[in-house]
Amino acid sequence: MSSSRTIPIRPEAAKSGAFEYLSTRKDELIGWARKFSLFPYPFVTACCAMEFMAVSSTPYDTDRFGAALPRFTPRQSDLLMVVGTVTHKQAPVLLKVWEQMCEPKWVIAFGVCATSGGFYNNYAAVQGIDRIVPVDVYIPGCPPRPEMVIDGIMQLQDKIARQQHLIVNDRF
Amino acid sequence: MNPLFERIREALAAQAGDCSVAHGILVLQVAPGAVLEVARRLKDDFRFDMFADVTAVDWLGQEPRFEVVWHFYSTAHKLRVRMKARVAEADPTVASLTALYGSAHFMERECHEMYGIVFAGNGDLRPILLYEGFKGHPLRKDYPKELEQPLVPYREGFEMPGRE
Repeated sequence: MSSSRTIPIRPEAAKSGAFEYLSTRKDELIGWARKFSLFPYPFVTACCAMEFMAVSSTPYDTDRFGAALPRFTPRQSDLLMVVGTVTHKQAPVLLKVWEQMCEPKWVIAFGVCATSGGFYNNYAAVQGIDRIVPVDVYIPGCPPRPEMVIDGIMQLQDKIARQQHLIVNDRF
Repeated sequence: MNPLFERIREALAAQAGDCSVAHGILVLQVAPGAVLEVARRLKDDFRFDMFADVTAVDWLGQEPRFEVVWHFYSTAHKLRVRMKARVAEADPTVASLTALYGSAHFMERECHEMYGIVFAGNGDLRPILLYEGFKGHPLRKDYPKELEQPLVPYREGFEMPGRE
């Protein structure tokens, strides 16, 4: 076929499969792209940070999920990882960080303290960060095993892939 | 008893009549009014140059209710002294040690917010670990142990803990 609208393909390249067509849905394409380019903002407050370092570094390597490069400004990140106990004194800071993040954004509660307050039930600790910000994935454990964190990231990826993406409209 | 402890006990017999040694630490029970004088003597005469901590104990139901506890360490003698003073709930005031030890500034703030002890002479008793607007003193035994005082309103579906 020789139409002016097709890209000319060298005969040897045509056999490699590199120029085959791919069909997909627009929102699935966006979801696929987004789920592999998570930029986490580590809101790290307590001992879970050690496990966060372990899961980020070579042996467990969250870079495989495209979620390894932390951004230390909320404006450049789309995944808020709340790692550790959040106190009532810190709650306004957490809310401000979350509000400064651009859409689309997701939140992971890392460890039992961020999930539910853990064993801290007193004047100081927030009984779960979902009282302050909406949470997408909860990772239990004190601290969580790296496998649990990876499972949580994969569940978040599934959730992102299944989401409706606002960028998809009649002009795209 | 350590010879230095014997000398301290003799020198401070007027202010701290009730002395004992517990776990190798000299314990001085003093009257609230004698706190500053005893601390000054310990620092100037006996070289207790490090102020380790000030905290309080809430003996709920006893009178006087609170016991303020100071710890001093001597880097020259490698010895510790603990000073205790009982204060009543109606007037939980003791003298500040900020004139003697700079480190007393922060530790007295913490003791003030957690137990409500007033340190006369410390001009800055703002909350240091807690936040402005926190009502009550959380380490007092009559503070409800699950009472929270959130700073931000909770999201829909979550009940705000009641303030008392």
